[in-house]
Amino acid sequence: MKPQDIIKPENKVIARPRLLLDAHTHYCPGCSHGVVHKLIAEVIDELGIEDNTIGVAPVGCAVFAYNYIDIDWVEAAHGRAPAVATAISRLNPGNVVFTYQGDGDLAAIGTAETIHAANRGENIVIVFINNAIYGMTGGQMAPTTLIGQKTATTPYGRRVDLNGYPIKISDILAGLDGTCYVTRQAVHTPAAVRKTKAALKKAFQNAMAKKGTSVVEVVSTCNSGWKLSPADSNKWMVEHMTEKYPLGDLKNV
Amino acid sequence: MPKILGAVTVDEARCKGCDLCVVACPVDVLSLQPKEVNDRGYHFAYMANPEKCIACGSCALVCPDACIEVYRVVEK
Repeated sequence: MKPQDIIKPENKVIARPRLLLDAHTHYCPGCSHGVVHKLIAEVIDELGIEDNTIGVAPVGCAVFAYNYIDIDWVEAAHGRAPAVATAISRLNPGNVVFTYQGDGDLAAIGTAETIHAANRGENIVIVFINNAIYGMTGGQMAPTTLIGQKTATTPYGRRVDLNGYPIKISDILAGLDGTCYVTRQAVHTPAAVRKTKAALKKAFQNAMAKKGTSVVEVVSTCNSGWKLSPADSNKWMVEHMTEKYPLGDLKNV
Repeated sequence: MPKILGAVTVDEARCKGCDLCVVACPVDVLSLQPKEVNDRGYHFAYMANPEKCIACGSCALVCPDACIEVYRVVEK
């Protein structure tokens, strides 16, 4: 059988998610953001909540997320996505609200909003993309940057005496009573992508059931910021990032 | 024993040539175009060994731009 005999509509098993808009993403080749966007689009489609889901886009690389997924979006000021999501979920209790944030947005400028929204147990989903760097502004050090990791602002590697330790924000959030589900996943292999999708689905189901705040951290790559190829940055992530940020569920109530 | 035949299509205009699908493929079906590029200048992925495809969908799962679609036929 030739490929043209196999490639027929009735034989299709994996298609482009229906809710992904027909736009070219502005992400660098191999960026993890694209995979997570795809998974969110699939999960929202499978749960059938596209008409009452509201996303809150961050400031950072994912700032144009509203151009890529066919649901309603609000653009928040830098780091304030959980605060905006709080307002939306309280004023429209029938809606499913999620924020999509990077580590510079969630763990640096938005630490207060994130911790207090989770502590209040707002019925929102926080999708946290942790790539240990400020990708959009040119690869500066983020609070999650690993010790010894070279960035634009730490050209000799991050030093503890000068820059402190990497912050494990998901572990902090797991310690709060308001969160119902905190997990750390990755999207570097097909198996990891499947697990991340299951985690996102569970988080959205928690928000629909009003169980509290769900946090899905995705340990990601930033191949442009790390100055590696996409495949090499996946390897680097497995070798270095998962040591400091071990994958798995941190809290599941 | 039924044999599974697979094939993938790559949205050539959308592909950014990141190589992740090539790495993820367990049976070395995909490859990046060595010379040809799309409108944006990327060496897009294509099926270099189409007869090997087992329709596992690994390439489509890891593709950040959702430009791969997978087709499967079970031959009895």
